[in-house]
Amino acid sequence: MFKDFFSALMEGKLIGVKCKDCGEITCPPKSTCNSCGSRNLERIELSGKGKIVSYTVTYVAPLGYDAEVPYVVAMVELDEGAWIVGRLDVDAEKADKEDMIGKRVEVYGKEFPTEQFYPDKQRRVVPMFKIVE
Amino acid sequence: MKRDVAVLGVGQTKFGSHPDKTLPELFAEAFFEAFDSSNIELKDIEAIYFGNFVGEITDGAANLGGFIADEIGLRGIPAYRFEGACASSSVAFREAYLAVKHGIYDCVLVGGAEKLYSAGTPIGTRALATALDSAYEVNSGLTFPGVFALIARMYAKVYDIPLEKLREKIAHVSVKNHKYGAMNPKAQFYNKFGDLKVEDVLNSRMICSPLTLFDCCPMTDGASAVIIATADFAKDRVDEPIYVRGAGQASAGSLFRQKWDIVKALPRKMSAEMAYKEAGMSPKDIDVAFIHDCFTIAEVIASEAMGFFEYGKGADAVEEGLTWADGEIPINPDGGLIGKGHPVGATGTAQIYSAVKLLRGELDFVKVDAETAITDTLGGDFGTLVNIILSVHRR
Ligand SMILES: [Zn+2]
Repeated sequence: MFKDFFSALMEGKLIGVKCKDCGEITCPPKSTCNSCGSRNLERIELSGKGKIVSYTVTYVAPLGYDAEVPYVVAMVELDEGAWIVGRLDVDAEKADKEDMIGKRVEVYGKEFPTEQFYPDKQRRVVPMFKIVE
Repeated sequence: MKRDVAVLGVGQTKFGSHPDKTLPELFAEAFFEAFDSSNIELKDIEAIYFGNFVGEITDGAANLGGFIADEIGLRGIPAYRFEGACASSSVAFREAYLAVKHGIYDCVLVGGAEKLYSAGTPIGTRALATALDSAYEVNSGLTFPGVFALIARMYAKVYDIPLEKLREKIAHVSVKNHKYGAMNPKAQFYNKFGDLKVEDVLNSRMICSPLTLFDCCPMTDGASAVIIATADFAKDRVDEPIYVRGAGQASAGSLFRQKWDIVKALPRKMSAEMAYKEAGMSPKDIDVAFIHDCFTIAEVIASEAMGFFEYGKGADAVEEGLTWADGEIPINPDGGLIGKGHPVGATGTAQIYSAVKLLRGELDFVKVDAETAITDTLGGDFGTLVNIILSVHRR
């Protein structure tokens, strides 16, 4: 299931599930609704647009990610209500100097080398957030 | 058949660096201290509840229950290993408590061990990140300091505190906990950083902005052990049994799925309320708290979720001195994770070690008068939360 999400992301599509009972949109898709736990779900495509809720510039990385520092991890609230974690496509220096919270972003997928503990042994896809305003 | 439960002896290794010991060897050291102060015989111990987070990664070691039992001379009895990230040994403690309370066993050993310092920072950081959502959070390179850095920025926004102002306020958590950690002979930073200043915290190396090195707890090797039994069994063997009055536990999944609940640490509120309810107590009945200060901001949001301060007031409270040893509600007078160290799987029962010592008046390096204590251990990004209430009073 998680591989489908990242394959779609690499094709420019952000997918999730909509709850037929309460209307909540769960993204990335999980086995049940994020709000009510229902299994009565339909797969949907999201707009891929949202705003930054929080972010951090990472200077000390785990094993397997060291070559990528400094990088900016962000949490984004999508227009459909779901939150996702990804990386902000912005310079570390800029992110530390300016307040990025609230800025509008668009998500796209980017492929990185996988590492020994990541569940996808072929590749590691990261949701990237591009500032749009 | 519900029975009252009490703690007999407690043990803790020096926290810091133990590259010369295996996990069972390290645990044995803590166990011997707990056993020697329990006035029991080996055959009294009916089961072992052992907490460890990432033995597979740091030491290539799993299936630790049996190896622990074997190491300490208890080969043969049921021995379980519990994993709930940083809350591993608190989960073990709660399960052990429930087993004794409900008549499964009369006397059991609880504890934990971890060797993250010896693993080194890159492996340690990756190992800790296994407590996050493995597919949807770790792929971006999110780390544990990263999680609490995200939370710090959210806290600043939600309560309308300028980020630089918040950094100063939460730096007081590091100053406070390093002060007590420097006084604690068993702490990783014993005799170190006791005079840390707010500026030192602000100006130390950035780990995940806005959190610096001194906003973070260290990587630590260490072990802790606690022997618990029915209150009737305990009172015949030790002068001051410390009674387990309540235990709560709650869960959550990925950080991003908790949305704004993150800032209020909702699972912790659920866990603490479960413990208060069982004890028939409220936050006002607690004299001292041992809180999971993996990061400065973590202690602040915990102090709010556990009911000691209103939401949004926890950062002011530490700045105003309310959580210092002589304050309204002393928090982490043993140095906490920041000053004492954080051997993940051993942390929960190490909090219980400090709480029991303090309630018995044996934590002689710091003065806090207390009859009732609470511990708080957080596993992952609110995935596993455990709170334990301990008291000198049986009822
Ligand atoms: Zn639903």
